Amino acid sequence: MADLKSTFLGIESPNPFWLASAPPTDKAYNVNRAFEAGWGGVVWKTLGEEGPPIVNVSGPRYSALHSNDRRVIGFNNIELITDRPLQTNLDEIRQVKKDWPDRAVVVSVMLPMTEEAWAKNLPMIEDTGCDAFELNFGCPHGMSERGMGAAVGQVPEYIQMAAEWAKASASIPVIVKLTPNVANILPPARAALDGGADAVSLINTINSIMRVNYDTLTMYPTTDGMGTHGGYCGEAVKPIALNMVAEIARTKATRALPISGIGGITDWRDAVDFLALGASNVQICTAAMVYGFKIIDDLVDGLSAFLDDKDMTLDQLIGHAVPSVTDWQHLNLNYVEKAVIDQELCIKCGRCHVVCEDTSHQAITHTVDGERRFEVIDDECVGCNLCVSICPVDSCITMKQTSDDNADKLTWTAHPNNPMRNTD
Amino acid sequence: MTVETIPNVRPRRLSKDEIEANFADLHPPLSRSEALIEADRCYFCYDAPCTTACPTGIDIPGFIQKIRSDNIRGSAQTIFRENIMGGMCARVCPTEVLCEEACVRNTHEEKPVEIGLLQRYATDPAIDAGIQLFERAPSSGKKVAVVGGGPAGLSCAHRLAVLGHDVVIFNRDEKPGGLNEYGIAAYKTVDDFAQIEINYILSVGGIEVKHRVTLGEDVQLSELVRDFDAVFLGIGLGQSNDLGIEGEDKEGVMNAIDYIAALRQADDKSQLPIGKTVVVIGGGMTAIDIAVQSRHLGAQHVHMVYRRGPEKMSASVFEQALAQTSGVTIHHRAPPKRILGDDHVTGVEFETDDGKFVLYADMVFKAIGQQMKGIGDLDMENGRMIVNDGHRTSHEKVWAGGDCVVGGDDLTVSAVQHGKLAAIDIDRYLGEQ
Repeated sequence: MADLKSTFLGIESPNPFWLASAPPTDKAYNVNRAFEAGWGGVVWKTLGEEGPPIVNVSGPRYSALHSNDRRVIGFNNIELITDRPLQTNLDEIRQVKKDWPDRAVVVSVMLPMTEEAWAKNLPMIEDTGCDAFELNFGCPHGMSERGMGAAVGQVPEYIQMAAEWAKASASIPVIVKLTPNVANILPPARAALDGGADAVSLINTINSIMRVNYDTLTMYPTTDGMGTHGGYCGEAVKPIALNMVAEIARTKATRALPISGIGGITDWRDAVDFLALGASNVQICTAAMVYGFKIIDDLVDGLSAFLDDKDMTLDQLIGHAVPSVTDWQHLNLNYVEKAVIDQELCIKCGRCHVVCEDTSHQAITHTVDGERRFEVIDDECVGCNLCVSICPVDSCITMKQTSDDNADKLTWTAHPNNPMRNTD
Repeated sequence: MTVETIPNVRPRRLSKDEIEANFADLHPPLSRSEALIEADRCYFCYDAPCTTACPTGIDIPGFIQKIRSDNIRGSAQTIFRENIMGGMCARVCPTEVLCEEACVRNTHEEKPVEIGLLQRYATDPAIDAGIQLFERAPSSGKKVAVVGGGPAGLSCAHRLAVLGHDVVIFNRDEKPGGLNEYGIAAYKTVDDFAQIEINYILSVGGIEVKHRVTLGEDVQLSELVRDFDAVFLGIGLGQSNDLGIEGEDKEGVMNAIDYIAALRQADDKSQLPIGKTVVVIGGGMTAIDIAVQSRHLGAQHVHMVYRRGPEKMSASVFEQALAQTSGVTIHHRAPPKRILGDDHVTGVEFETDDGKFVLYADMVFKAIGQQMKGIGDLDMENGRMIVNDGHRTSHEKVWAGGDCVVGGDDLTVSAVQHGKLAAIDIDRYLGEQ
């Protein structure tokens, strides 16, 4: 089995799977269970300043987007940072790190935007023996209304300022956790780098309202009849997270930043996605909240078996797919693929035909010589991949290259239809 | 097998509780979560093969999609639009040779979407709550006579009523429903569903039902043609076929459909006399129904004997398996030669390619099909009425459908379609008058 031992910012853990800062890492009880189950590390649920405890709602904090068989596809929460006394958390962190010296214990923090707050709190927390800080600049509900969380993460200047304060007060690594609730993830990432952060982690949750209640026609869920937006996570957000990770990983100004990838990771393949697109390790919350800590078994041996099959090390996997990500303008417009339907596998449901007919290019038959038969009309097929995407049978429809391998590449940057083309 | 010297026929072979359990719903209804999961299996095919395979052409992917979104009323509407007996058909259709056989899921996993159960899930709530999903068109002032209160007649009457015509149903029996009420195996339509469904169908309005009126006895076709703007005949076949062998008149030899009718109407099934050993002759659905129900009543040995090979049996593979798992022994290629016994049957002698054999029997059920008495001057073929695509007979004011016409196939769903097609054609005809 491939060795999954992971080193992130010099922090070692037996595997690259950390539990993200969230309810699963709120207290020693949960974290001990996670470590017993085999998790490589945790990011302790966000600590705030000492003071009157945080107060959570006592109505629903969570809600889910379900499939018809009640599989959780997306998940939403309005829980705030830890509502336990700071000292309780510090005592538990100290004990956990002592009990589990081989695991990563990172502490998430959220502090007011004053230098004093950072200078006072970080050394006290660091004294627990924790391995690093993660600055929570992402929480999009509740705390952001108090000028923290996403309210900081949406302003690059604030990120840089807080990162600088953190670095000045901490001797252990500082990770900045980014919010996806921005138009462009690069300025916040760049600000973290400029502020001296050692790494970024992303994504935090996305602003979301799940639905309305069809009986009351109010938003759902509500607390005493009123609701508020929450933070969206779970499988549904993975593609959004992957894009942001890849953007940071492939952009010159930010690619020096190590990335801890977060967003909808449920099984080992999701982890491969994040690692290959530039994350050095991954963090998981929702999948654990949906299935419990035991999912670590599949994450670990699935990834290990995958690396064995590929004859790769974990380090070789990290960032492997980044060079394949580019801008649209650099795609080869002379490259042509057409869909091919395997008639042996085809179950004749006709979905490829009707979606192509109704919404695309009228490139799939429904009848051939009087028989129900679905074939691609090559002359009409633009290679859009819609039929491949919606076919219920795995591998029944595939894309096949029809252009000549030796044909010249032609990108938009040099395309004759582009008035701004590069004429060099 | 022990030789019975005295015919052993008696009631109460099983306790009332055992009988009740034996006659419980063959396919219990789906819960909401089961239905949602099953509905998710539907691929929402284009020009769906299941719809093509449905004799009434129900938009099956359409109604299943509505189940997925909890749009149960819309789902019921999609079904009833094509098949007003969607509730009964959900229970009694041999889906394994119709919609579910056509399901594309069979290709790779041999497990079709459970269309029948989903259809029941979609239709039960509307029927239970009596939600009217149809609005009658303005009155046409036309009056149509429908003869027969079975699936064909009720389907025709409902469609005609929706189209704005007034209908009088002339029903032979005490209750409406035809074979839905008197013929189908009890475990397929529990809790008096046939009558509940009929009340739901009739609640659209504009349909009057006269009971205990037999065509040719209490009313003549010529009178109906004279007094109504159009006539629909959905009279079934009525008469069970005889074996035409020696000893057929002995006590204990019965038509299966007569016994099933008595069973369906019995308040306490444990009071029905049944033989210890029962021989059923036939290879169709009725033969299966009587064989299985005999077992359920407590018959110890039930033999179903068919004169030809299994490939010729009209009972579906599912039905045959149901009989076998219910403890029925199926014999093939054994034509009956004669019924044995003095006054009461004691056995049946069969003649095969491999010689004769005898099965001892306390009761013998004949389930080898039915035939129809001729009706007036209407053109017939092989004992059934000839109709055109619009289900019009050779008489310009008379339409017909169900088992009594050429192409009738013993299925509720086909009868419903015939009635519907006839109503559409009658409506067209009335519009031209």
